[in-house]
Amino acid sequence: MNLQAIRAIYGFEMNRTRRTLGQSVVSPVLSTSLYFVVFGSAIGPRMAEVGGVPYGAFIVPGLMMLTLLTQSISNAAFAIYFPRFTGTIYELLSAPVSPFEIVAGYVGAAATKSTVLGIIILATASLFVPLEIRHPFWVLGFLVLTAVTFSLFGFIIGIWADGFERLQLIPMLVITPLTFLGGTFYSLDMLPPVWRTVTLFNPVVYLVSGFRWSFFGHSDVRVEVSFAMTLAFLAVCLFTVRWMFRTGYRLKS
Amino acid sequence: MSAPATRDSFKSDSSGSPSTSVITVSGLGKTYATGHVALKDVSLDIRRGEIFALLGPNGAGKTTLISIICGLVNATAGKVEVAGYDIVADYRAARSRIGLVPQELTTDSFESVWATVSFSRGLFGRKANPAHIEKVLRSLSLWDKKDARIMTLSGGMKRRVLIAKALSHEPEVLFLDEPSAGVDVELRRDMWRLVRELRDEGVTIILTTHYLEEAEEMADRVGVIAKGELILVEEKATLMRKLGKKQLTVELTVPLSALPQALADFGLALSGDGTRLTYTYATNREGDDDGLSIAGLLAALSSEGIAFKDLHTEQSSLEDIFVSLVRRAP
Repeated sequence: MNLQAIRAIYGFEMNRTRRTLGQSVVSPVLSTSLYFVVFGSAIGPRMAEVGGVPYGAFIVPGLMMLTLLTQSISNAAFAIYFPRFTGTIYELLSAPVSPFEIVAGYVGAAATKSTVLGIIILATASLFVPLEIRHPFWVLGFLVLTAVTFSLFGFIIGIWADGFERLQLIPMLVITPLTFLGGTFYSLDMLPPVWRTVTLFNPVVYLVSGFRWSFFGHSDVRVEVSFAMTLAFLAVCLFTVRWMFRTGYRLKS
Repeated sequence: MSAPATRDSFKSDSSGSPSTSVITVSGLGKTYATGHVALKDVSLDIRRGEIFALLGPNGAGKTTLISIICGLVNATAGKVEVAGYDIVADYRAARSRIGLVPQELTTDSFESVWATVSFSRGLFGRKANPAHIEKVLRSLSLWDKKDARIMTLSGGMKRRVLIAKALSHEPEVLFLDEPSAGVDVELRRDMWRLVRELRDEGVTIILTTHYLEEAEEMADRVGVIAKGELILVEEKATLMRKLGKKQLTVELTVPLSALPQALADFGLALSGDGTRLTYTYATNREGDDDGLSIAGLLAALSSEGIAFKDLHTEQSSLEDIFVSLVRRAP
């Protein structure tokens, strides 16, 4: 195992984060705060409690997931796409590193960053609404697992993308709608039965639901199912990355 | 996953003599997905400690060959060993011995010189060694730029940064793909000096170049690639001797109106005004005892009573040889 290489890649990526601290941390915190101002403070008090939880607190897990998903994907996608775009990828390909080490470095850094962001958002949220966390370890567990899984997904997009437009395509056209329709701002009980069934095909529902369970102790779908679905998506991503490295897909000719 | 092998643990190189191969390329072929055949059955041995120049016109396959050895491109046929390690099966051991300076100026932009060079060392699995990085940066006159962001550097400086990155992990083999492209005279001289120093330290250097002057100045051996085939590998000196031509020009004291019969065998050319004789001969004829040597010509001139005031010789350059070789290629 080339631990030095993992450290080098991880350190390089974390330095990039530090250098761009403004856009890395400030903008997600700002946009989350805006959500709280609008949905928490302005609209929230007019809403009924959801499952015994005040609406302002109810949306916290969903908002964290929204940021976690988009940030994980865009961080990891950009991290591997940019060297491909500038050509500095030559060094990575010529180095004595295995695909696992490359992924550990890039995905590790992206996941670290979005986990830290998630925690910052949680801290920001607690300034707006009183929060009581039932299962703090599960909160951390879902946070890290989701960060890793979607950083991996972002990494795949970064290898697949052949232009900056495509890099934005999946996050904009797929992830954002799925997150908004995945119960970020509502409970599935609020939907008509038909839509409730349709929604169950949305993977983000399971992430948000499981995460919400670890906060408040109840959820739309069973937490075991949520956990299993997240692991399943992680496995799909792992196999895809393995296939990409094995075939040299868009990395090597 | 195995740990990266140390530099001292060569599998197949026990003698350490300069003639052992450090890279063995056998039957290498590459056909791109587009159907373009970039390399055809290339076999080549690079000796430890030599400077090997790979010459060839654009699109001949030089970069493809280097890219396969370094792991950027997958071969479609054949195999490559670096210090006895297969580049696919033992890629860690093989790649950790190689430093690559690519043709394009592909550098990071926002990182400092120090950071990017240290990154390369880590990537190649070596522990941080600030003293070595300092030595490399100093030898490339980059030391006072170590904290500069790469994007603020000139093209020549970026080229130096790429070389520093390639040397950061103390490679045994250094690939320089078109090192002089877009580089000013000073940097080129600097680079040549550095390459010689590296060779003296035992590093094997493989360079591709368009500047034949560079190959002529630097290389111990020369390989010529044309249309994906390695058409020739030769000691540079032998190549120059084999294919090179010399011209002797004799400035006559008294103009001649015609060549004397006694000089007919030499195939001389007489200039229009009759003051200059030009004798063209292949350098590989030197030592042949048929009387057609320079000494033979001079003796013949003197016995004919032809006086001359000056003479000079010219040798064809590698460039001339190269052009004629590539023209001949299928």
